[in-house]
Amino acid sequence: MAKAAAKESAAAAPSVERRPALAGQELSVTGVTLAVLPPAQRISLRAPDASVAALSKALGVNLPRKPKTSAAKAGRTALWLGPDEWLVIDEVGKDPLADCAEVTVLHSAVGISHRNVAISVIGPAAAATINSGCPQDLSLDVLPVGAASRTILGKAEIVLLRIAADAFRVECWRSFSDYVFTFLSEAAGDAAA
Amino acid sequence: MIATFRIPGAGRLKQAETARFSFDGQSYAGVEGETLASALLANGVHLVGRSFKYHRPRGFLSAGAEEPNALVEIKRDSARRTPNVRATVQELYDGLTAQSQNRWPSLAFDVSALGDIASPLLSAGFYYKTFMWPKFAWKNFYEPRIRAAAGLGVAPDQPDPDHYSARFAHCDVLVLGGGAAGIAAALAAAETGVRVILADEQVDFGGSLRFESGAMIDGQDGFAWAQGAVATLRAMDNVRVLSRTTAFGYYAQNFVGLVERVSDHLQNLGRELPRERLWQVRAKRVVLATGAIERHMVFADNDRPGVMLASAARTYLNHFGVAVGRNVGVYTANDSAYAAAIDLKKAGIGVAAIVDLRDNPTGSVIDEARALGIEVNFGRAVIRAGGKLRVSSMTVQPKNGGGERTIPVDAILMSAGWTPSVHLFSQSRGKVAFNDETKRFVPGTYAQDCVSVGACNGTDGLSATIDEAYAAGAKAAKDAGVKNAGANVVKGTKPKVDASESWSRGMLGAAPGAGPDTTVKAFVDFQNDVTAKDIRQAVHEGMRSIEHVKRFTTNGMATDQGKTSNMHGLAIAAETLGKPIPQVGLTTFRAPYTPVTFGSIVGHARGPLFDPTRKTAIHPWAEAQGAVFEDVGQWKRAWYFPKAGEDMHAAVDRECVTVRKTAGLFDASTLGKIEVVGPDAAKFMELLYTNPWEKLEPGRCRYGIMLREDGFIYDDGVVGRLAADRFHVTTTTGGAPRVMNHMEDYLQTEFPHLNVWLTSTTEQWAVIAVQGPKSREIIAPLVEGIDMSDGALPHMSVREGRICGVPTRLFRMSFTGERGFEVNVPADYGQAVWEALWAEGQKHGACAYGTEAMHVLRAEKGYIIVGQDTDGTVTPGDAGLDWAVGKKKTDFVGIRGMARPDLVAKGRKQLVGLKTKDPKVVLEEGAQIVGDPKQAIPMTMIGHVTSSYWSENCGRSIALALVAGGRDRMGETLYVPMPNATIEVEVTGMVFFDDKGERLNG
Repeated sequence: MAKAAAKESAAAAPSVERRPALAGQELSVTGVTLAVLPPAQRISLRAPDASVAALSKALGVNLPRKPKTSAAKAGRTALWLGPDEWLVIDEVGKDPLADCAEVTVLHSAVGISHRNVAISVIGPAAAATINSGCPQDLSLDVLPVGAASRTILGKAEIVLLRIAADAFRVECWRSFSDYVFTFLSEAAGDAAA
Repeated sequence: MIATFRIPGAGRLKQAETARFSFDGQSYAGVEGETLASALLANGVHLVGRSFKYHRPRGFLSAGAEEPNALVEIKRDSARRTPNVRATVQELYDGLTAQSQNRWPSLAFDVSALGDIASPLLSAGFYYKTFMWPKFAWKNFYEPRIRAAAGLGVAPDQPDPDHYSARFAHCDVLVLGGGAAGIAAALAAAETGVRVILADEQVDFGGSLRFESGAMIDGQDGFAWAQGAVATLRAMDNVRVLSRTTAFGYYAQNFVGLVERVSDHLQNLGRELPRERLWQVRAKRVVLATGAIERHMVFADNDRPGVMLASAARTYLNHFGVAVGRNVGVYTANDSAYAAAIDLKKAGIGVAAIVDLRDNPTGSVIDEARALGIEVNFGRAVIRAGGKLRVSSMTVQPKNGGGERTIPVDAILMSAGWTPSVHLFSQSRGKVAFNDETKRFVPGTYAQDCVSVGACNGTDGLSATIDEAYAAGAKAAKDAGVKNAGANVVKGTKPKVDASESWSRGMLGAAPGAGPDTTVKAFVDFQNDVTAKDIRQAVHEGMRSIEHVKRFTTNGMATDQGKTSNMHGLAIAAETLGKPIPQVGLTTFRAPYTPVTFGSIVGHARGPLFDPTRKTAIHPWAEAQGAVFEDVGQWKRAWYFPKAGEDMHAAVDRECVTVRKTAGLFDASTLGKIEVVGPDAAKFMELLYTNPWEKLEPGRCRYGIMLREDGFIYDDGVVGRLAADRFHVTTTTGGAPRVMNHMEDYLQTEFPHLNVWLTSTTEQWAVIAVQGPKSREIIAPLVEGIDMSDGALPHMSVREGRICGVPTRLFRMSFTGERGFEVNVPADYGQAVWEALWAEGQKHGACAYGTEAMHVLRAEKGYIIVGQDTDGTVTPGDAGLDWAVGKKKTDFVGIRGMARPDLVAKGRKQLVGLKTKDPKVVLEEGAQIVGDPKQAIPMTMIGHVTSSYWSENCGRSIALALVAGGRDRMGETLYVPMPNATIEVEVTGMVFFDDKGERLNG
């Protein structure tokens, strides 16, 4: 399955420049630093329970089964987004789409590397910054390190991943990244309060 | 000016800095940390406003959030003019500028106060009765004048330069109100280690402890204890303490809205600080410790400046160190006013007399007042206040009638008792219960996980309050389900009350002298100018429900929401109706508790954050080329690309001609894209679209139509089959999110048995349409791995390969009628691939074209746009798209809807082409069409124009229209009546250019 889409990962270097949205943007204020993260490989993975073991093996990371959790191994993170849905992010340049293409069990893997933009929000005021537009409880008891959630920030959908006690990864769609970064920037100014 | 009413040694602001301020142009000095009200009183100023309806002079009634009278405008600069600020809440800062409202030409002399004399015309319900005739006069005369004379304050006319912040927060125990009860509850909860938020609307915590000089807790003065306890709470990691923060709304599932006033009390507003911060808190348990509000006495002219609540006078003295007069009178039906008289007397202020409506009250405060030499009168009423711009006397009479005696005073302190603040409890949908003994409504049945403690629960006495609150705080923490106490928890003990004041209950309704046989102005609701007489009149005119009485009189409907007036109004209505109070009922409390600024609700959502502005990967190129953009939903799309000297018309004509002559590049990235993947993908497509899909070969495309269940067109788009189990679906730009929802909805609810999944890939791909006879020559040099010959890549096919070394899904398709391609590349490469294609295009004289040219080109070919040529009532048949409905299909969404009698009836509106008889005339989109222009008005309209353009390629105007029985009218002449002329049109087919479709391969 998914052979056609997997061709994307075949070699051959582009002869034109890649221009990621908001590339390199950063903002640092008291208590929090925002940074647009470099491009990553991403897939939206959908699969029934019966396929999870085989896909986990192919991806090299155990797909989490518990709501609002994630699992990470060797630069690859799988975020639970729904009972049959994961966002797989690879930050070391290995294409999870190609890995899934080798698997014959029932699933859907769709490449969305360019659909999303990631912003890191780091610092003691990181949670307060995000809480200016995200209604979730970001306390460590409720959203511990490694917890993930598809939620909202202001008027945009985001996927939130807690990467450390005071650090989050915010993923949003490309065309919303300007809004999300601007929102976080404005919120950051008030978050140390 | 010397602050002559400041009492040396009194109050808690001794070390404070002087703050200069002005009121109505007059300069004064106050001290930082006090309220504007306190500062004005210190300067002997009582007259601060004019009332809403009668323009009567008004002063301060209270010292807090319940203030109905002292509303002023605070002006910082031309943009920062805030009307209706309660002077009793506004903190003083150096340079504060305040103005009175609702007066002309001046506060002391207001011509509209004639309304006070003409008040018989302005009685309850006057606006329902008085201005009904003549009819035209309402709009031109009455309404503008009433609007000018009434109202409170003037709205600012410039954009708000301040910014507002917002925060969502969660906690285990949210304590609302920071008086003795709230602090005790917060201490008990915090000591268990749970997350606690304690909020109070005042600057200083303590609530009534700010004025209760008789309270001693843990061996300290009550207020000092409160400060120490709050300092302890602030130091705890698990506690957030919010002062200057009003809980204004209690919503479902313990969701509470609070506004924190961050910088309104500061002289300089730095850009760093927001003006206000909205807290939206979700709490596992809520403790309501909102206290009680003192009621005034309802007697004639009880609104004269200088007549105020006893607790307010006590607050000004004990907290701010300000005397409200030199020779005060007291009128009460309650013990608490005695404490005010005693405190003032001890501070050296003359107390002319205490007038107590009760016959033989006893108690220590009464003894103490007598011992201090204050004249105390029982069983007597104040039947009138003297003076106009300031109270000058009170006239006293035995309550059952008899000789009058007028006592000169410069202030009257009154207390009719205390009303529990059940506002937030009521907002939580809790039901209040009437306690017949104490004559007050207290929390009855709870609807949410909250508990009321202290005065708002009808609990009397400091000791009982702290016992109740401490236990409730501990229980709330336990009920919140917390197992482990935090590490930094300070184990405490219940605060011990060493001394307290106790107050008995008071009275409700009009006092003697303002009874049913009188016509005096005894105010019940100060802010809306409602008197006892108005309430009675409402009942006499047939109002029975308190809800009707409220609306007829407007009692309790002002911005103070009747905090001081509701119970009096209810009691008077009940008495007039001859019914007990609980049978008349209480009006509903609604959010907000006190007025909330628009800014705090809007928060960050203004300017660039008002709504996301979505831009494509190619947007920067178009911007650099000078494109004009149009808004399509949240997207910015290049509308047209004017060259120097070109207007829109010229640019669009050139773009349209160039595409058909050579080629054009178009940014189609905003089209919705959904990847449908799984072994049942084709089955799913069969069910969601009218078209057949099972037999579509991988590598081929089809134009698909999606219907709603009712048989009407919902969306359309070209779908490419990438593999047996994978479709690349495109939707309209505006339809992308709702089509995704529509598909997901059906998949989850109707077709859950199908093994197929949907993923939005709208933003994964940048899409560059290259259309025109030279399109293949432009693309081919950059493509690897795809045979682009007509044989290998025919019209309506899709291949995967590379362009500029970048992975691509290359579609051969056309929305112009020309040979065309849509190049999909990963979004981050969109602009670079566009630039490479542009460079190739330049060799052939290609242009970039925008959405307007796209619209014209597709209309020349009769291609519809869903949402423009359809309006949710158009079937595939109506749109001439019967060919896209699979004739052999037995099921798809909308198949039964399509068979409804009305949808197959003759004479339905059908999409046709229109050609104006004069080719130069371009019809207006939306214009109505008639068959006979000479018929009588109103004419029978048989359709309307849906799309209309000048077509440079056709050398004439073209239009599409929905016309009843349109396809049977080919060649018929119809008419489009316009304001200046009636336009003749001929009904034609929908294709205006290249009728045979040869150019798709041209």
